[in-house]
Amino acid sequence: MKVYLDNSATTAMAPEVIEAMLPYFSQEMGNAQSVHSFGQRAKAAVEKARREVAALINAAPAEIVFVSGGTEADNGAIRGISEAHRDRGNHIITTRIEHPAVLATCEALEGAGFRITYLPVSRDGLVDIDDVRRAITNETILISIMLANNETGTIQPIEEIASVVAEARARGLDRLHLHTDAVQAVAKIPIDVRRLGVDLLSLSAHKFHGPKGIGALYVRKGTRLAKLLYGGHHERDRRAGTENVPGIVGLGRAAEMARTQLDQRMVRMRELREYLEHQVMSRIANVRMNGDSERRVPNISNLSFNGVDGESLLIALDLKGIAVSTGSACASGSLEPSHVLQALGLTREEVRGSLRFSLSAYTNQEEIDYAVSVLQETVTRLREMAPVDEMDHVQFPDSRAHREPAERGRA
Amino acid sequence: MYSSQIAEHIANPRNVGELENPSAIGDVTNEVCLDRIRLTARFDGDELADAKVKANGCPPTIAAASVLTELIIGRSVQELRSLTRKDVADALGRLPPAKMHCAVLAIDALRAVIDDLKR
Repeated sequence: MKVYLDNSATTAMAPEVIEAMLPYFSQEMGNAQSVHSFGQRAKAAVEKARREVAALINAAPAEIVFVSGGTEADNGAIRGISEAHRDRGNHIITTRIEHPAVLATCEALEGAGFRITYLPVSRDGLVDIDDVRRAITNETILISIMLANNETGTIQPIEEIASVVAEARARGLDRLHLHTDAVQAVAKIPIDVRRLGVDLLSLSAHKFHGPKGIGALYVRKGTRLAKLLYGGHHERDRRAGTENVPGIVGLGRAAEMARTQLDQRMVRMRELREYLEHQVMSRIANVRMNGDSERRVPNISNLSFNGVDGESLLIALDLKGIAVSTGSACASGSLEPSHVLQALGLTREEVRGSLRFSLSAYTNQEEIDYAVSVLQETVTRLREMAPVDEMDHVQFPDSRAHREPAERGRA
Repeated sequence: MYSSQIAEHIANPRNVGELENPSAIGDVTNEVCLDRIRLTARFDGDELADAKVKANGCPPTIAAASVLTELIIGRSVQELRSLTRKDVADALGRLPPAKMHCAVLAIDALRAVIDDLKR
């Protein structure tokens, strides 16, 4: 049996999405910029998809810029704001638990004269609103905080952070912008950009049964942003390059399905996730849940199995056809344990034994049952294989994160 | 990412456990990643007659501990002294360069057994 529980990495495309895309690879091959009928049909398909993506997050179609995915959306938002507004400030606020697409972009800006504040998070993975408020200076031009974390699923209080931004703007800090990386949140929870109060939002199609290589950046009307790519006048002059018509059509169809099925998908994923956690906790000892048990997207469960290495668990599960991911060092070849779980203050042992299970709209109970039974057998086997003696009662040094925000870069 | 040999040792680790009344024990921990190998061995004269191993850590560490037992059972002390991390790595097929320390840990466990035997 094959069980794919790594849907936060990527998802299978919905058959309806594939079907919608297919004509645009061949008979509907037009360039959306062309004047002839082929081009106009492609343009109509692109604009229909734009309306669907806009509807999913309650934006206006003109506020949707199609990009290649979450990484480009994050890069474009952060670099676009910093380039367009650097004459008014050089300070950016983000968190320690962002995706590398945000963190690496911020680190690159440090080298270009920006000062970055990396906010800490609580043990549950939440940013403190007061930390955000205190971090804002007269030089701050951007706050970039993810909506849902990719490892724990924890949902950040973006609406409250937007109120803090609104307060600062009311004091005259009108160059302050708010970006959220919503790649793991879109199609998992209801999203309304007006209620959230963000200026920019990143999303990616392949996280919700759309194709890889396509995503969108929401840019609130009136937001001054440097161009993502220079060239022709595509995407309202924000991003040049011939439109990826099949990809955009696929994103549009995936967005439409996510919007119309959101309620039932949420209930289904949450029930299965709760079932998974209940089964694991009742059948395997010494397991802890990482992140906030309530404030999280319905499809992610991050669990630490004490006394076991996550990567060995991952490989052993993979040999039985089960795909998950781990925050343990060396998985992904980085040799660095998860920066997210470290920021939550987990001990080395807890980070080491962590596994992320991520469900999709298509996961079923039979798959969960199989995964739990193999997991129980594997954890037991690996724990029995581990050396046990009095040393194991010694607590390893705690790597709890500092609660002070870290600041780097030139002032 | 890992060789089929490593995967095979994860699925079916060899000689897992701990000998009762061993002639020598080698218990080593990599302080950086906390990986640990505990090797117990029984010698019959100069020959390592039996060995059992326990291990905790990433896949190459478990595989290295497992394959080590296959490499050492039936060997003389002199033969054991000449075993290197390369022998362990070769027995596992391809070992990623960043994972060579797992083979080193297995050899450290063997050296600790030999040192313990001398005492």
